[in-house]
Amino acid sequence: MFPILRQILRTGIVSEPAPDADPALVLVKQRLDTAMREKLGRALVIRHVDAGSCNGCELEIHALGNPYYNLEAIGIKFAASPRHADLLLVTGPVAKNMEVALKRAYDATPAPKLVVAVGDCGCTGGVFGESYASCGRVANVIPVDVAIPGCPPTPLQLMQGILAAIAPPADDGACASSPADC
Amino acid sequence: MPFLDLPIDFVALPDHASPTFTARVDATQLVAACNAARAAGRALVSLWGSDERDRDASAGFELHVAFDFEEGLVCLSLPLDRDAPTFPDLAAIYPNANRLQRTACDLLGLKLESGDARPWLRHANWPADYFPLRRDTPDRRFPTENEEYAFVRVEGDGVHEIAVGPIHAGIIEPGHFRFSVMGESVLRLEQRLGWKHKGVDRRFAGMGLADGARLAGRISGDSTVAYAWAYCQAAEAIAGAEVPERARWLRALLLERERVANHLGDLGYLGNDVALAFGLAQFMRLKEDWVRLNATLFGHRFLMDRIVPGGVSVDLDAQGINALRQQCLAIDTEVRRLKSIYDEHAGLQDRFLTTGRIPPELALRLGVTGLAGRASGQARDLRSTHPCAPYATLGPMLALEHNGDVAARSLVRFAEINESLRLIGRIVDDLPPGELRSEVRSAPDKRGFGWVEGWRGDILVALETGQDGKLRRGHCQDPSAHNWPALEHAVIDNIVPDFPLINKSFNLSYSGPDL
Repeated sequence: MFPILRQILRTGIVSEPAPDADPALVLVKQRLDTAMREKLGRALVIRHVDAGSCNGCELEIHALGNPYYNLEAIGIKFAASPRHADLLLVTGPVAKNMEVALKRAYDATPAPKLVVAVGDCGCTGGVFGESYASCGRVANVIPVDVAIPGCPPTPLQLMQGILAAIAPPADDGACASSPADC
Repeated sequence: MPFLDLPIDFVALPDHASPTFTARVDATQLVAACNAARAAGRALVSLWGSDERDRDASAGFELHVAFDFEEGLVCLSLPLDRDAPTFPDLAAIYPNANRLQRTACDLLGLKLESGDARPWLRHANWPADYFPLRRDTPDRRFPTENEEYAFVRVEGDGVHEIAVGPIHAGIIEPGHFRFSVMGESVLRLEQRLGWKHKGVDRRFAGMGLADGARLAGRISGDSTVAYAWAYCQAAEAIAGAEVPERARWLRALLLERERVANHLGDLGYLGNDVALAFGLAQFMRLKEDWVRLNATLFGHRFLMDRIVPGGVSVDLDAQGINALRQQCLAIDTEVRRLKSIYDEHAGLQDRFLTTGRIPPELALRLGVTGLAGRASGQARDLRSTHPCAPYATLGPMLALEHNGDVAARSLVRFAEINESLRLIGRIVDDLPPGELRSEVRSAPDKRGFGWVEGWRGDILVALETGQDGKLRRGHCQDPSAHNWPALEHAVIDNIVPDFPLINKSFNLSYSGPDL
């Protein structure tokens, strides 16, 4: 017990401030109205779905929970079921074998069904592209709100993208980039 | 030259990072070689097929089987008939050949003479007569279908099934586990994998020799360094390229940094799975420190694309060496402290000890490789048993445990962190000066093999170029493919709530073997 307490005290609090949302990653007009955004606040629940990644993106999604990024401290947590989730965080090109599972997870998610595509593969299909075995980017299978490029995106980029999904719309309300150039 | 008294003439391939031999055999010789290798306790490394029908009118398919022999990597190739490409069931000799054979059948339309012929990577999402690795197969898209997979049923009073996946209840890769349980005890686990199959092998075909490294580095992201190195070894063997000595040492540095990063994360999650969230927070903090220095010194947190054909794309200056030394010291102190907390924690030890056991004799029979193998008494680590430069100079110590339980797998991780920190210290002390990269020019109609001990186990990359010097066939073997079946054994008679812990103690890749 005492060595554990000593180690906790020795470590102290290492959490760093969260970054701001990055509106450039938003693909579609903000679908949350003001009332819903206020109700949600930052109490966002995420269901992660790996639709065929190389597992590189998963390493960085795991890192979001480490004491430095401490995602839960800003009210965002991961749920075990899509039925408890506000947002799907989808990695990978969508493997053909995962297409049905991803669609089912999407169907099981209650409105507003926010979807964030993660990584170069989630945004464009990446090095795997489209083939008999790969459906390519996530948007080919389910509607996507925010796309975070990177191979893999860093934890900070992930946070910027996730926060952008629930941020108030930019002044013009339009998306800053098209899916094609993310 | 003959090995294991086999009447087969092996040919040594030139320009390989560690000794590599090939031979062409007939079916009788292949079975005899498998039996002899099995009897000698040698490991099956990989099994894959290729389509050779375009070479001439009589050529058909080929089955390639690679073994770990004392002398080095040995690859046997069995020509198969053009119209009836059947091959003998090697899973009767090496159980870990089962899924590899089924994969070869799915991708190439090869046929097994006997044994388990259920599809593996094909989940009814492309037709049974579409064979993506046949050279005359066009690029096609197909509608998705639901698959009825023939799981083995356990029957009797009180037995029920728990079906899990493909999407799991955490931040994990997808796979399906079918448990047959009686009360809390697991009677049987059957895995259905292949969900992440994205057609990597077909993707390799037609790629430039240099371009394939990026794809290889994304087969299993947590092992990107090991994959890239293995790919580059194979590509450099084809090109006959000499890698500068400094680049070899830097490659070893990157590989050991990848090993430490993964072991740190796993030790944290193992603590978490026995409700010691403290362990997760502490080890994940250390892992973050570790990968941040990767980003500072080498420009990427997980070191993707830092090993490139011909050498490395990064260098290290005196300031970087100093930072590495200091970090090794700091991590060493912290890990020792946390290890003593894990060692003294009665609740943690109670959950770790005797949980998910693979005794040494079972590990040998199943062909358990890498870290999990070493936790079950299998003294196999390419860095010691078939060292490529600079490992022969570094003289790494092989970590070995014999209990084969969760505790043993965590002890091997602690021991390997310790040893990797020592190796990193040696590398930065003795880093030779010189060039970082040499030119790699592809050569037509050549084969090359790369074989590297990643943090999880040995990774094999086998490449072959066509007449145009581009890749004709690229095959990568993830160590997880050998260890997944062992997990099915490890959980027998354990309770369902211990499954996540046992699974984590192996921490196998889904993407790697699904390809």
